[in-house]
Amino acid sequence: MALTEQARARLAPQAAEIVGRYPRARSALLPLLHLVQSEEGYVSEDGITFCAEQLGLSEADVTGVLSYYTMYKRKPVGEYHLGVCTNALCAVMGGDAILADLAEHLGVDVDEPTPDGKVSYEHVECNAACDYAPVVMVNWEFFDNMTPAKTRDLVDTLRSGADVAPSRGAPRLCTWKQTAQILAGFPDDQAAGGHTAGEPTLAGLHLAREQGWEPSA
Amino acid sequence: MSTILTPALTAHWDDPTSFELETYRRHGGYRALPKALAMQPDQVIQTVKDSGLRGRGGAGFPTGNKWGFIPQGDGKPHYLVVNADESEPGTCKDMPLMLANPHVLVEGAIIASYAIRANRAFIYVRGEVLHVVRRLHHAVAEAYQAGYLGTNILGSGFDLDIVVHAGAGAYECGEETALLESLEGRRGQPRLKPPFPAIAGLYACPTVVNNVESIASVPFIVANGASDFAALGTERSKGFGIFSLSGHVTTPGQYEAPLGVTLRELLDLAGGVRAGRRLKFWTPGGSSTPILTDEHIDVPLDFEGTAAAGTMLGTRGLQIFDETTCVVRVALRWTEFYRHESCGKCTPCREGTYWMVQLLADLERGAGSDDDLDKLLDISDNIVGRAFCPFGDTAVSPAVSSIKYFRDEYLEHRKHGGCPFDPAASTLFAPEPTR
Ligand SMILES: Cc1cc2nc3c(=O)[nH]c(=O)nc-3n(C[C@H](O)[C@H](O)[C@H](O)COP(=O)(O)O)c2cc1C
Ligand code: SF4
Ligand code: FES
Repeated sequence: MALTEQARARLAPQAAEIVGRYPRARSALLPLLHLVQSEEGYVSEDGITFCAEQLGLSEADVTGVLSYYTMYKRKPVGEYHLGVCTNALCAVMGGDAILADLAEHLGVDVDEPTPDGKVSYEHVECNAACDYAPVVMVNWEFFDNMTPAKTRDLVDTLRSGADVAPSRGAPRLCTWKQTAQILAGFPDDQAAGGHTAGEPTLAGLHLAREQGWEPSA
Repeated sequence: MSTILTPALTAHWDDPTSFELETYRRHGGYRALPKALAMQPDQVIQTVKDSGLRGRGGAGFPTGNKWGFIPQGDGKPHYLVVNADESEPGTCKDMPLMLANPHVLVEGAIIASYAIRANRAFIYVRGEVLHVVRRLHHAVAEAYQAGYLGTNILGSGFDLDIVVHAGAGAYECGEETALLESLEGRRGQPRLKPPFPAIAGLYACPTVVNNVESIASVPFIVANGASDFAALGTERSKGFGIFSLSGHVTTPGQYEAPLGVTLRELLDLAGGVRAGRRLKFWTPGGSSTPILTDEHIDVPLDFEGTAAAGTMLGTRGLQIFDETTCVVRVALRWTEFYRHESCGKCTPCREGTYWMVQLLADLERGAGSDDDLDKLLDISDNIVGRAFCPFGDTAVSPAVSSIKYFRDEYLEHRKHGGCPFDPAASTLFAPEPTR
């Protein structure tokens, strides 16, 4: 895919706004890479050139940075990209089983979108939600306490086009490209919605309430 | 029962709109800020020193002292960088905190910036947590509207801008100098220390890097006084902290308690190890902290108690594994994580973690030998103390500590011609054992 002239014109003011947030322009590189990923769903050669031009860097320099980070893709992924946590704790709690089952169910390789372009998956490292293990992320929203069957249902629902809400996250799941806009620093209007805290998040608080425990005497 | 839990940071997380500015204010939020702005910056630093607060990001460096290292009158800009990269396996406290109450972090960041004379602060949040990123943007925008950010905050003459910066997936970016490199638009590889960030940090200017929970503890300290904070905890590990229990426990989750609480006390509250099972091994503070066993259930979970037990307090991310879990599988998986996340800058870590994975994988398959165990320990010896950053020193923890306590289990794999455990039995969806 190529970054069209229209796309470049649309991205340019956003890029300028990003650069303006920082005392030094180069700090804008990671958000700029998220920005070009929001346009194409991955970082193309054109995307690299765009970032390099904004910051006066060489394309090799930009490529060297982007290849360090796992969230940037170099090929298209699905509209909904799943990350199955298979770090040790989630793996033991069922993440390995979920990943194996999902791979079989979808019949595609890691990072390869299903033929309808809807879904892709990869394994991810600990996503800071171990108290909800095993955890699956969809476009970086939390799906807690998953099982192989629940994960199959989830991807089937996503492929059917029906709405899906994460366990903790925005009421409406963003597409992969919309997600990258937010990561570039252009949030949507969903911050106030959605579920904040499941039972594990509140486990200690509820007990302390029952006992009347407080930090200061 | 005497007071075991002390919900301060977690106190209002069950309010349905806990993340909104109005809610935070209703529960007493933004009362520390005017109090701090009425003090001299050095007085604020002294208050944090007096509280005994030690960094909540893992290393436990005294926060007030860190702030005190920032040179004054040097004519350079100063920066506060909040480390919200939370990627240490087992660690899951900062994300729920920022989802539920991002304003306590924003208020803390304003006070910290005032104390160190910074007019710019950055919140570097890992990218893989979309709703957390939204909530941070929302809170910062609300704080601007309320006059808590921007110019002449609450008429004090103090100016501050906060930028929320999303990372892009790299565990090593949690290491403070790697984080600064990343924030400058580079690969997240660490810098040589010294100079420390307090002297040459972001853009070679004096910079404080603090963990989310450290900064979020500051409003409590300023509002209630250093002595209220210091009254909790132990002799050299003051105050409260969030203990996150995950894995094979009846009620996993977040338990905020004074430092020095024990696993026995926490497990009592969490309903114990899941039904019909018993504790096999656990980490006190993430995968980088050497594992412990059921012998260590009464170790005080503070900096000193954990060190005396041969491990570290780390991030208080307690991962609990019962007897259905194969320790070799877990050590291998963590070591694979370190191999994957090694930034590649130095040879001992880059090559050492690679070879450790090969050996552990052989052992797990039942193809390893006694010699392989010794080789593993030998490679570990050659990483520890020779790596460029603390990543290397801690990457060997899973292998070394599991061999220490479960050497026989490694050898079982060879006798058995593979892993003797049934992975289905350790899952969340495994049926309860019949007795
Ligand atoms: C490999 C590695 C990863 C780290 N990850 C984090 C992290 O995700 N969050 C964090 O606060 N500190 C992390 N740290 C510790 C930081 O380097 C630093 O000590 C900390 O942010 C200082 O804040 P504190 O004094 O408030 O704890 C990490 C350190 C290492 C070596
Ligand atoms: S120990 Fe060396 S290779 Fe490993 S993360 Fe640190 S600098 Fe990078
Ligand atoms: S191990 Fe999966 S979220 Fe922590």
